[in-house]
Amino acid sequence: MSLQAYFARHTQTLIGSLGRIVHQPFATLMTMGVVAVALALPLFLNLLLTNVHAATGNWNNAFDLSVYLDKKADAGRAAALAKQLRLRGDVAAVRVITADQALAEFRQDSGFGKALDALTDNPLPDTLVVTPALDASTPGGTDALKLAIGALPDVHTVQLDTEWVKRLYAMLDILRRVILLTGGILGLGVMLIVGNTIRLDILNRRSEIEVMKLVGATDGFARRPFLYSGVWYGLGGGALALILVAIATGVLARPVDALAKLYGSQFHLRGLPWTLGACVVLVAVALAWLGSWLAATRHIRSIDPT
Amino acid sequence: MIHFDQVHKRYPNGREALAGVSFKIEQGELAFLTGHSGAGKSSILKLIALIERPSRGQVFINQQNTAGIKPRGIPKFRRSLGVVFQDHKLLHDRPVSDNVALPLIIAGVARREIDKRVRAALDQVGLLGKEKSRPLELSTGEQQRVGIARAVVGKPTLLIADEPTGNLDPQLALEIMRLFKRFNDVGVTVVVATHDVHLIDQFGARRIVLDQGRVCAP
Repeated sequence: MSLQAYFARHTQTLIGSLGRIVHQPFATLMTMGVVAVALALPLFLNLLLTNVHAATGNWNNAFDLSVYLDKKADAGRAAALAKQLRLRGDVAAVRVITADQALAEFRQDSGFGKALDALTDNPLPDTLVVTPALDASTPGGTDALKLAIGALPDVHTVQLDTEWVKRLYAMLDILRRVILLTGGILGLGVMLIVGNTIRLDILNRRSEIEVMKLVGATDGFARRPFLYSGVWYGLGGGALALILVAIATGVLARPVDALAKLYGSQFHLRGLPWTLGACVVLVAVALAWLGSWLAATRHIRSIDPT
Repeated sequence: MIHFDQVHKRYPNGREALAGVSFKIEQGELAFLTGHSGAGKSSILKLIALIERPSRGQVFINQQNTAGIKPRGIPKFRRSLGVVFQDHKLLHDRPVSDNVALPLIIAGVARREIDKRVRAALDQVGLLGKEKSRPLELSTGEQQRVGIARAVVGKPTLLIADEPTGNLDPQLALEIMRLFKRFNDVGVTVVVATHDVHLIDQFGARRIVLDQGRVCAP
């Protein structure tokens, strides 16, 4: 068989199988719809995860460290330490709050003004507020920085309020695994759905397959149109899944913007990147093809002309 | 061309269809398999087309022992012969031209060549102009001729037919038989199973008479 004839034959089968499934629009849409829902769910969860990451990623100051100096330290010590810390690569900025400034702030904000007058001595230490560099703004990075600063002379305590960030990251990590698991299970589902559709299709066309085998068709030849049907189901289902996710993103974009504005954030809901969308369609096609291959191979072999 | 050597065929349900059948059909011969229904005619044709395998004994086609043909090799083997069925076995959702083209499509013949040969085959059975019809729009006799066109489109050297005139009135049956005779005249070996003894009386061809799974003496 010439290469040209080979391609012509495949193209013909491809178009032929499309024609066949278009002839049963309801059944075809049902199958594609189930495939789409199965794909859209993990996709949507993933979109949620990416957006939570994007939203929390902006909160760098959540990682700020408060460095309290020893009360006994010299007056100029805070400025010197600040200078030293600014030279570090994992530090973005250092703000000095002297004991006097701190007391003044406290007096103003706390409402204890009169009571504080009774103090003969300022009980507050000098404080440095250290903002880690962007690439050190992770739970691990700030922990290392905290240790390093804590070891410096005249530093009394380093306080890092990142517990909630750690918890959030731990939750996001679980969510990521849940998405992977759900994706895996639903991917298997896509295979089974398409495989089962193909199986029914083969049973319906049993006599036709028998005739083909009688006039010399190989199993591979009889299987080919079913594989192409599977590819169409995957392609349609994948595309439908992207449409579902796009609709969901569209519905949520406005309220999310409104919420972000209330928090004074410039955050916008991110849609699915086109590369991921293309991957999803490819994966859908691959899964559907595999499902139909398994079903078709098994059931066509069992059809014997009599 | 065809050589049956002490062939037995017992089906899984225990029925013994052939009980030691031996005969030879030479290349270019026209032979009728006759006998009552259940005599074993269909079993012989099924063994030739490798739809069934003998329980005992050997079947040679073209000097090749069919026992040596593995399941993988069956499709290729079937493409080398033309088979006509009593119930036509046409694809009802495809036009006549697609039905006739099927063996060529399976064999991977180029599209232009397929069109040419399909028209030639339909011309031979007198159905030129019916390419676009669906099988169910045709009469039974015409459907049978579509089946014959499909069987000969691949230019087989061996053509077998199982009761091809079973559902036809005598006039149509005679036309179909003449068609087979015409293919035989151009060198094709033709084996036709039929119980219609009156019909084949009109052809001076060889008869293999079967009775209860055995070949009767002529």
